[in-house]
Amino acid sequence: MNAKGPGPYRPADAPPPEKKTHAVEAILLPVLTAVVLVALWHAAVRLSHTDVFPSPLAVALGLGELARKGVLGIYVRDSLVRVAAGYLLALVLGIPTGIALGWYSGAARAINPVIQLLRPISPLAWIPVAIVLFGVTNSAAIFLIFLASFFPIVVAAMNGVRNVPSMFLHAGRNFGLSAPALFSRVIFPAALPRVLTGLRVALGVAWLVVVAAEMIAVNSGLGYLVIDSRNAGKRYDLVIAAMLLIGLIGLALNLLVGRIERLRAVRWGFNVP
Amino acid sequence: MTPTTGVKVRIQGLSKAFHTNGHEIRVLENIDLDVRDGELVCILGPSGCGKSTLLNIVGGFLPASSGEVTIDGSPVSEPDPRRIFVFQERGVFPWLTVEGNIGFGISGLPPKQKAARIAHYVRLVGLEGFETAYPQELSGGMKQRVEVARALAVNPDVLYLDEPFGALDSITRLIMRSELLRIWEAEKKTILFVTHDIEESCQLADRVVVLSARPGSIRRVVDVDLPHPRDLSSPRYLALRDSILEEIGLAHRI
Repeated sequence: MNAKGPGPYRPADAPPPEKKTHAVEAILLPVLTAVVLVALWHAAVRLSHTDVFPSPLAVALGLGELARKGVLGIYVRDSLVRVAAGYLLALVLGIPTGIALGWYSGAARAINPVIQLLRPISPLAWIPVAIVLFGVTNSAAIFLIFLASFFPIVVAAMNGVRNVPSMFLHAGRNFGLSAPALFSRVIFPAALPRVLTGLRVALGVAWLVVVAAEMIAVNSGLGYLVIDSRNAGKRYDLVIAAMLLIGLIGLALNLLVGRIERLRAVRWGFNVP
Repeated sequence: MTPTTGVKVRIQGLSKAFHTNGHEIRVLENIDLDVRDGELVCILGPSGCGKSTLLNIVGGFLPASSGEVTIDGSPVSEPDPRRIFVFQERGVFPWLTVEGNIGFGISGLPPKQKAARIAHYVRLVGLEGFETAYPQELSGGMKQRVEVARALAVNPDVLYLDEPFGALDSITRLIMRSELLRIWEAEKKTILFVTHDIEESCQLADRVVVLSARPGSIRRVVDVDLPHPRDLSSPRYLALRDSILEEIGLAHRI
């Protein structure tokens, strides 16, 4: 996530490179790429004379139609509420679980293998289980999102606590901290960057899964919009519109969580300048 | 156990062995050492001789296999805020500012007193203007100052320094040594200082304890009866340094 290319060589005491051009490039270049892709898409639709695949303009009109009908806002809201519910549940249960597993190595030995067994199972494979447990309901969708985000959070919190440098623990004990104080003043802040990384990964997965969850279990939301537009009249303009919206909201969520990583008290863990 | 006048830290018959994969590795053997109140003692030895282990046992972080460490006559069994261990500069808490680090051990004080104590030690280590900086924004030498200030702020009687300047460049290291001496003279702490640097030990210590290679045992204790500031080109200093070089078995020609 902090993958940086080697970049041009700079002596260690050279002044930092100009930030401003970077900021402009960071916005201008992706926008340019998007414009080129939309142009290619438009050209491809035109040249192939396809009747099924919508042009960019048709997708934009489709979005307008959804907005006029008043469902766009509702669908976005419903999807976000589901993700928030499942994700927050995973956060509230996952962070303490992970921290406990990181701290009590005995518990980790007993429970970690089970977690590692469950973790690679795609949340999609849980769909039948979710339906058996909750029926075709909103709860089934939330359960899937919870499952998908729970494991990355647990594993990140566990590794975060395990990897707290012993020097910090020694220093904390040396200053006479009680066990609860050692936890809140040393272990938790030292593990926080890894926990935040886990939260960011989990949010991405949660947003991925909401679409699948809504395809089976509910009749609102952006995932529902994709499948419903396809089934009810092959409205591929609306399918693509929903897909783009899903992508944009996912991007926004990621940027939002990314901002937390720039807070000064955790920035040390992300080697950003 | 009766406290002996003037002796702060007493190490008696201390040995330490580690057990790994059924093998016993003897690290320290039969160490006897008395450190007087207010004394600066350097423990000098090659890498892997067990000098860090010795400091960790004295600090209460590791149990001894046999023998005993007493401070003011009471045996040491766990870390204690009256004796603070200073690591290389990586021991500062990166999630706290300079102020937050220095105030870490005095959170129980009333806010005004705490702020005054922090301000005092910020000044003492020369970090004025960096109070709200985070460690990643500081140089290695500045981080090391933060760690020393954090240790001093709880007003300990003893400081344990484990190769504290080992990761610094040679210029910063020289500056930090004279800073440490200045602080030591101002605060009158007992200091146990572990190093593998012969020059460093001769520049700082009242006494240099020379350890052998593993298993570490005391080969010799050298009194460095030179007043501070020390003239590093005086014949007396050079003679002392050379005698330690010889003790370690190094010819002083490269």
